Amino acid sequence: MRLTSRYRFSASHRLDTPALTPEENQKLYGKCNNPHGHGHDYVLEITVDGPVDPDGQVVNREALDAVVRERVLARLDHKNLNADIPELAGSVTTTENLATLVRKSLTDRWTLPARLSGVRISETARNTFELEVA
Amino acid sequence: MFLTRKAEFSASHVCANPAWSAERNQAVYGNNANPNGHGHNYVLEVTLTGDPDPVTGMVFDLRELKEILNREVVDPMDHRFLNKEVPPFDRVIPTTENLAVEIWKRIEPQITREGVSLHNVRLYETGDLYVDYGGKR
Repeated sequence: MRLTSRYRFSASHRLDTPALTPEENQKLYGKCNNPHGHGHDYVLEITVDGPVDPDGQVVNREALDAVVRERVLARLDHKNLNADIPELAGSVTTTENLATLVRKSLTDRWTLPARLSGVRISETARNTFELEVA
Repeated sequence: MFLTRKAEFSASHVCANPAWSAERNQAVYGNNANPNGHGHNYVLEVTLTGDPDPVTGMVFDLRELKEILNREVVDPMDHRFLNKEVPPFDRVIPTTENLAVEIWKRIEPQITREGVSLHNVRLYETGDLYVDYGGKR
């Protein structure tokens, strides 16, 4: 049985890589390269997988919410991803890299009985990035 | 090919183990344990898998699928208090997980036939929380 819970956070970012010239960055990232950055209301979906326990649950909802709140939402919500998140320093703040960071933040000290099986982030309603957890 | 049909029902429930104290129920089920119950607009997505029939071009007759979902799920559960009115939830705690298992048990025998099987039951308790159940693995 898999259980998926949805969360939201809002953050700003700017896509820019020092490996390219300003012109090349503008060409590659388009509006996402605009110098002062911009923001999104991200939607995060966390999926856990496991047997239904005798309480009738895959996972305790409040325990899952607390983990996601502490490790992810509290660190990302209303932040500037380029300036405020040390783990993203030096990498481009694409949603791909953001999803990888969220997965690592959760898997590093995962103590819930159900297995973390998926991380999905929507940057906008039109762009969604999904990572399976091996 | 996968075919998914959606159905909705609204019902109330309470998630609490009668053998436990109020404090323990609150710790396990949070405000889902509030004793007089509360309700949700459940959204059910049932996914079947099979190949389209060479004559009809269909994996499954959608009208029949709708009738199965209405008969087994929507009619008995919509606008009901699950713990009081929908067995086995007088004995089984109606968490979303247990509800998905029960829905699977009710509809799977009526869907399974030559070339078609039930693939997944997705049940949304709210827009932000759902479970996926693919039967006993």
